[in-house]
Amino acid sequence: MTAAHLPIQRPRQAKLLVIDEQGRFRHWPRSRLVDVFRSRDLVVANDAATLPASLSGEHLRSGRLIEVRLAGRDSLATNEIRHWIAVVFGAGDFRVRTEDRPQPPELAPGDEFELGPLHATVERILGHPRLVRLAFDGSSKEILEGLAHHGRPIQYSHVKTPLALWDVWTPIAGPPVAFEAPSAGFVIDWRTLSSLKERGIRFATITHASGISSTGDPGLDALLPFDEPYSIPPSTALSVRDARAQNGRIIAVGTSVARALEAAAGLDGSVRAGEGVATQRIGSGSRLRVVDAMLSGTHEPDTSHHELLRAFVDDETLARMDWELNLRGYRTHEFGDSVFVERIEHPTGATRPNPLFLEPRDRRHVALHPQQRHHRRLP
Amino acid sequence: MAITGGTSGLGLALVRELLDRGARVAFVARGRDGVERVEHGYPDSHGIVGDVSKKSDIHPIAIQVVGMLGGLDVLINNASDLGPVPLALLADTDCEDLERALATNVLGPFRLTKAVLGALASSARESRGAVVLNISSDAAINAYPRWGAYGVSKAALHHLSRIWNEELASQGVAFLSLDPGDMDTPLHAVAVPDADPIELKRPEIAAVELVDAIGNLLSFMNSERVAEEAAR
Repeated sequence: MTAAHLPIQRPRQAKLLVIDEQGRFRHWPRSRLVDVFRSRDLVVANDAATLPASLSGEHLRSGRLIEVRLAGRDSLATNEIRHWIAVVFGAGDFRVRTEDRPQPPELAPGDEFELGPLHATVERILGHPRLVRLAFDGSSKEILEGLAHHGRPIQYSHVKTPLALWDVWTPIAGPPVAFEAPSAGFVIDWRTLSSLKERGIRFATITHASGISSTGDPGLDALLPFDEPYSIPPSTALSVRDARAQNGRIIAVGTSVARALEAAAGLDGSVRAGEGVATQRIGSGSRLRVVDAMLSGTHEPDTSHHELLRAFVDDETLARMDWELNLRGYRTHEFGDSVFVERIEHPTGATRPNPLFLEPRDRRHVALHPQQRHHRRLP
Repeated sequence: MAITGGTSGLGLALVRELLDRGARVAFVARGRDGVERVEHGYPDSHGIVGDVSKKSDIHPIAIQVVGMLGGLDVLINNASDLGPVPLALLADTDCEDLERALATNVLGPFRLTKAVLGALASSARESRGAVVLNISSDAAINAYPRWGAYGVSKAALHHLSRIWNEELASQGVAFLSLDPGDMDTPLHAVAVPDADPIELKRPEIAAVELVDAIGNLLSFMNSERVAEEAAR
């Protein structure tokens, strides 16, 4: 796939590949997105706003220039923003491919960084020479002000022009906690939200600190995604319950939503409201308890986002997806095209275990009643 | 709750009134000295230095507002620019003065509202309701000679509020556009230097009225929602 290199969230010609529960493929203009949802479905998006998480500055001991990319936090608490996990790059910026970036100076606990108005100290090295835990000086208020003014959105070389936060905040962006844009949500604009309402399709949000997508270092990339804190509002947990009670599907907008909802899932497929940290990796063999379908960007094989799709469809379908996306000129990366993937029905005709129809001992293979199956088909 | 132009006049009175009623308040103003002075006087408030007329300041403001408060229920777009000072006939108004009035009184509220709309809608979904109050003026309705730049910008803001209210009512975000009246504030003193302060309204009185209006709207929205849920 070619990279989408213009920072346009909703280009008019955007494409949407729909893979339904029977593994059928449809190619749609993405402007028809709302038609893949059905009355009583629940669409869940990540309302995290994107932090300007790229901080340029100096490694004081060596006097060398560095770029620090904030990449993780213990929680979403608004009063504790001193400590961060960060990936350190050598001199330069997004214009150079991350793979080709110079290494930063050797880092050690106690090293100090001057990052514009901010001052930070390395507390620990976290199992990789470029991955550190940082502590900023100052009050939460001073740190937030420094980040807001000095930071720039993290960006990669496929987009040539410097990004502003205007380019990367989703239309529904709220709490500033994401390290990179939850870009699957670019497509959910206010017109879409109005049409969902008109069609009786529920909408809810979670807040998930979406992490960085790539570091350019295979050893570091293998550690992605890092643990990501999330918060699920009570109204979202209730909407999940209501949608399931009415046999609607739970549709995650983006991998971050799938990760948060599954992290907060109970055995019965309900979702706990409150804060948590998503530590699990979703992939082949993961059993999804909550999410029935996902709207996502197009992802290249061998990325954690692509791996997550293996929880929804079998390898054969996934290979065909990769082939079709290439063949039909889908564009990839954050400003690219989209796929909608529904969990493929089990070969026996079973679909995701719906706890409302489960016998306690048989949670794995449950055939729904025929009319319910019919209800679950694409329009 | 967040208020722009919060270090003097009506904005400062709103900061005080909201704090008195137990709200968590962030306020925005251009001058660091003024922001620190108000923060010193009201240690529970969160001051933010920023200029709403600048597009590049909007996200730094939004990050600090939502980051410090952890969410947002109410935004009050109060910061206003008078246009040419002293007031001038439109034909004598410099283009730059009109542009500045539009940037502060129309584009600023538009951009800041857009940047925090996700946070407001999220409050609405959590049943707290969400309100944007845009401070209007009788100059938005009446054609007063020499109030051209200000009047034009406030008319646009008034209409912006009305359209936004139509479009976002279904998402639970309501918009108010209210005229606080002629008040004894620095802005009014610049516009009408020879006005008798005794004849003018105290900004504290206007602040009580405006906060009451927000409170009434929030409880009305709440009762509507309860009725809707009961009917379901």
